[in-house]
This record gives sequence, structure tokens and C-alpha cells, in this order.
Amino acid sequence: MSQDEKLHIISAIVEHKPGVLHSVSNMFRRRGFNIESISVGVAEQEDLARMTITIKGDERTVEQVVKQLKKIIDVVKVSILNPAHTVTRELALIKVSTPDAQARSDIINYTEIFKGHVVDVAHESLIIEVTGDSDKINAFIELMKPFGVKEIARTGITALPRGMRSIKME
Amino acid sequence: MVKMTGAKALIESLKREKVEVIFGIPGGAILPVYDELYEASIRHILMRHEQCAAHAADGYARASGRVGVCMATSGPGATNLVTGIANAYMDSSPIVAFTGQVPKAFIGKDAFQETDIIGITTPITKCNFQITAASQIPKIVKTAFHIASTGRCGPVLIDIPRDTQTEEAEMNFDVRIDLRGYRLNHDPHPLQVKKAVDLLMNAEKPVILAGGGVIASNACSELLSVAELLLAPVATTLLGKGSIPENHPLSLGMVGMHGTIAANKIIQEADVLLAVGTRFADRTTGSVKKFCVDAKIIHIDIDTSEIGKNIRPHIPIVADAKKALKSIYANLVQILQRKERTEWMRKIKEFKDQQEGIVNSKEGLSPPRLLSELRKILPENAIITTEVGQNQMWAALYMKVYKPRTFISSGGLGTMGFGFPAALGAKTACPDQPVIDIAGDGSFIMTEQDLASSVVWGIPVTVIVLNNSVLGMVAQWQRLFYNRRYSAVNLGKVPDFVKLAEAYGAQGVKVGSVEELKEAVMKSLKSEVTTVIDVPISSEENVFPMVPPGGELDKFMVG
Repeated sequence: MSQDEKLHIISAIVEHKPGVLHSVSNMFRRRGFNIESISVGVAEQEDLARMTITIKGDERTVEQVVKQLKKIIDVVKVSILNPAHTVTRELALIKVSTPDAQARSDIINYTEIFKGHVVDVAHESLIIEVTGDSDKINAFIELMKPFGVKEIARTGITALPRGMRSIKME
Repeated sequence: MVKMTGAKALIESLKREKVEVIFGIPGGAILPVYDELYEASIRHILMRHEQCAAHAADGYARASGRVGVCMATSGPGATNLVTGIANAYMDSSPIVAFTGQVPKAFIGKDAFQETDIIGITTPITKCNFQITAASQIPKIVKTAFHIASTGRCGPVLIDIPRDTQTEEAEMNFDVRIDLRGYRLNHDPHPLQVKKAVDLLMNAEKPVILAGGGVIASNACSELLSVAELLLAPVATTLLGKGSIPENHPLSLGMVGMHGTIAANKIIQEADVLLAVGTRFADRTTGSVKKFCVDAKIIHIDIDTSEIGKNIRPHIPIVADAKKALKSIYANLVQILQRKERTEWMRKIKEFKDQQEGIVNSKEGLSPPRLLSELRKILPENAIITTEVGQNQMWAALYMKVYKPRTFISSGGLGTMGFGFPAALGAKTACPDQPVIDIAGDGSFIMTEQDLASSVVWGIPVTVIVLNNSVLGMVAQWQRLFYNRRYSAVNLGKVPDFVKLAEAYGAQGVKVGSVEELKEAVMKSLKSEVTTVIDVPISSEENVFPMVPPGGELDKFMVG
């Protein structure tokens, strides 16, 4: 990342119907913009979905991304979220080896410190659910690595502006 | 509410959109619609290739300003439309393309003649729809025409599975369009207009750059008013040709890689550039970094995403070109003291004379002379279409255009084979205007099969084949930039165009002089069948001026 490139969080309200994710992701591919993460789910109105897209780039890139997104007819609304006024969360499921009882106990302790949950227990592994901003999840994964991380599934960032700021439909 | 099949509802919807003509080719997956067309009042022109159907719809749209319609079956029919749709997309031409699709139960099963045309056309349409319930047809068709013809115009594709065409449903034709994500803003922001007016008022050397958007929004008279008030010369892009009469003293002609001397020299000297309805394509600007470096740029465009995409303007105005120019004029006229720009006007005249010199220095069948002489005998309202390559650039440089919508060329995609089917579409839209396709041999043989449709359907156009037996523009690049290594450009044997035309029931004539060409064209204009005029030219001819790719506009080669 060059100096003027940074992470931008874009929140887009789109029609919740087949093909829209394709239109959106295809626009990124076609225009050569790289998606860092994208998460999609139903929004407050069930016929709308909210996409949270994070990209790295300079101000010009993000400006063009927003304009190109707005141009897609099924994209209803687009906002750039200011990180200072935004709640961002990511969820990760991490499967960790538990070679012995000591390891198992350490992992459970760490999980509690990170306010995570053990969601699956087997003889030789645990699955842990952690939510938080990406830094927190990265930190937790680093902590787990010595035990042997077998699998990771991350959702990518999802985000909402704080307080009364709102980008939902009028 | 009235009960009917999807196919019938489609025809009814097209009638409500006042569609008069469809260019297309039937096939299994669209047969129910064609069955309804059998007794419908809408004219269907059977083309010989779906690509031509799409180009014809495109030519129809550009000549008339209305939506062009094309239709094809699923699979190969649909994919053959793709080049034509991409062409319309790049040049913002309003067409609606209908494709049949395999029955719903077969979708995704790689059924016979199935393709994912929605997936394929997503990046080359403004919007596309697959209709999966017959009852949706009235609303989706209405929406498609609305999207294609408003804002920045463009192609829309509608894909209809065969069983949806035969399904019966209650149809509501008085349906409202609701598009939450498609809100049009046509009005310029008053503050931005004021800023633009301040700049223009104080400009010493204002230049206007007019793109296809000026023609699309019918803003040509507003453009002329602003230009005359400011005494600002007007350069056009390829697609902007016709936005100002090219015999007007303020007209500079086309700018860009093959721009005129005047346009390329003058635009680089501008202190304020008013760019309207152009996307600053690379063929227009040359090196972006060295484009209009001393100028403050005002950019008017209906498409927000074009603002700052290639060139960062000082004053962006997102608006319809007509409304924006009207508003600028209204503000300017109150305050502007009309300036004399004697010295500058003299300079413009001098550059224009240099361009004329290129024509006059040539003898025999040189394309510049050929085409400027040809222009003299054509009526002002003659529609000129072009193929792509040298023929196109010679036409753009040497055939002066006096009215909007009379120069139709494939700009963005540069589609060889575009000009002839586009000419058929233009002639269908404007049967009382002569239509002339300036062609190259390489381009013409890409879509020449539609001579058949021109004859069968009585759509007489004139095709002038500048015949040099090579892919001329590629050969020019190889000559200039690849040390004359002519790799794969020699066509070797092109057909005898006279016989080819006659084989289809059209007329063919070979000419060997400017006089013979004029005579043949005059005769063809009176004829009721298409005429192909074969004009042998040298394969060594270059299109000049030429700015090498990525170069600065005012540093061009002249020979």
C-alpha cells in the first residue's frame, strides 16, 4: 500500500434479488478495483440487502468506485463510512488443535479474555467463535497459531455508522 | 387486467412503446414471440446475422433519437448479438435487445442452445433482465425502454424463457416504473454553473469540446449559442461530429489521434475548456497528462462516473447537456461583453487552411480528395455511416457534417462491420434521407451478407468501398511503428464487389476517378436498390494528421 492508499469502508444498499452481487463484483473486476472484503446480508427492509465492501486505495480510486457503484441500477444507495464514526465487526470461526489438557485449558482461557465462545468441542480440536474488529481477530489468530490452527472462516467486515447517522432508505 | 400469453403481452408492450420496427432473426427459443409477430402491425426486418440486427437497431437509434429494437433466439443467436450490444454500450446508444431462453426447467442444465446471456451481457448493458413469470412482462419492458432512453442512454437486454412466452397470466399494462436505484438528475447545480460562467467570462482563449452527449440530448442549438456568444471555437469528438455545422467559422472539426490540425493545435492552447457530453476517451485526449495543460476544465456530463474518470475537471457539472448549456448561456448573456478575438480567429483560419492543403495537394484517387469532393454533391441531410479503420478516419476528417444525427460511426468499440448494418438501420429510421456507408474492404466483408436484407426489404443505401486489399489502419501502424513488417494485413483476395453486389440482387459499380465516383453516387441516390461502389485506392495511403498513441495532441505527423 502506498502512502496515500488506505482502507475505505463502503456501505451499499442494493436490491435483494439474484444477480446483484454479480453486477457489483463484476464491476470491481472489470474496472480493476480490488475488493479487500465484502459481506452481504438482508437489510432492515427485506427486499433490500446491505453490502459492506472494504477496498484499499487513494481518494480518487474510492471516489470512482462509489460513482461506478451508484451507476448500477440495482444499487440503491452508497455511502463511504468514516472509520471514526463507524462500528465495524467481523466474525471468525477458528478450528484449533488441542494436543493436551493444558493446551485446551489455555485456549479456553484466551477465548474468555477475547470474549469469544467455544462453539464446538471434539477430542483433538475446538472451534472458537470470535467477533470484533479485524485487528482483534488477527490478534486472536496469532495467539492460536502455536497450538495449531487447522481451519479459519472469516466473514469480512460488516459495518454501521454510529448514533443517529443512518444510510437506510427514506 | 387482461389475460394473455407472455408473447402476446410482449408485442402489446412494444406497441405501447411505439416500436415500429424490430431487427432480428428467429429461432426455437423465441418462436412464440415470432408467432405473435406474424399478425402484429410491427414491422420485422429479417437480418442475415444477429450482429447486424444489433448494429441496425443501433443505427436506427442514432439516426432517429428513438430506441432501436433487436431480437434473437437463445444461445448462438444471443451471443451473436453481443458485439452489437457492446458497440451500443460504448457509444451510449439506446437499444433494447430481446433474447429467447431455454425453458425455465432447462436453465443451468447446459440445454441445447442455452447460454447465460445475462452473465455475458452484464458488463456491456446498462441493465439486463431475465423474465421468469409472464405477468412481469409489461412492467419489465416499460422499465427497459425507460432505462435505455434516459440519462446516459445505453443498451438493455431482456431474456425470456420459452415457457414464459407461452404462459398465460393476468397482465397489467398501466403499471408504474419504480426504480429506487435509478434517479435522474438533469438539472445543473446553479453554483457550479456560476463558477463555470465566471471562468468562461474571463477566458482569453476558450475552447469547447463537444461529444456525443450533445447530440444525444439534442443540445446542438444551445451549443452553438454558447459558442457564438463566447466566440469560442468548437472541436468535436468522433461521436460529437454533427453537433456544430462543420462549415461554421467556429468549427474546428474532430480532435484526437486523427484530429484536424486546427482542432488539435487550438485545443492545446485553450485557457478554459468547456467539455460537454464527452468521456475524454484516450483517442480524444492523447496523453492525459499533456492534454490541455494550461486550461481550466469545465466538464458537463449526465453520467457522474465520467466526471474525473480520465480527466479531473476544475468545475464538474453533472447534468443534461441541453439544460446545462441553456443555463450557462442564460447566465453569460447577461454579463458578457462580447470580445473580439481577431488574432485567434486568424490563427484558427490558418490551421484550417493547412488542413485544406492536405486535400488539395493530393491527386487522383486519394481518399481525402475523394471524400471531400463526394461531400460536395451530397445533400446536407445525407446520413453518413462508416466502417472502422482508415475509411472511418478519412470520413471523419474530410466529410463535413452539417446536421446532428447524420454522422454515425463506431467510436468506443471500433467495430469493423458496423457501418453497413447501421446504414440499414438509419435508412429504416429516415427513409427520405440518403444514407451512405463509407467502407473499407476489410470491414465491409465482415457484414456484407446483409446486402441480402437490404435488397429483400427494400432498404437502399450506398456503400462506397475504399478498396486497398489490406486491413488499412493496421497496415498504417505497421508501416509507421513496426518498420513496415506487414504481418497478416494483406487480404490477398477480396471479392469482386460488383459481382458480389449483383449476386445479392443489389447494384455494383467500379469507379476509377472522382468524376466517375460522383456520377455513380448520384445514380445510386436515385436508385431503389442498394449500390456498392468499388473504389480501388493505394494500400500505401496513410491517414494524416496522426498523433502517435499516447502522444501530445499538437505533436502530430502529417506525412
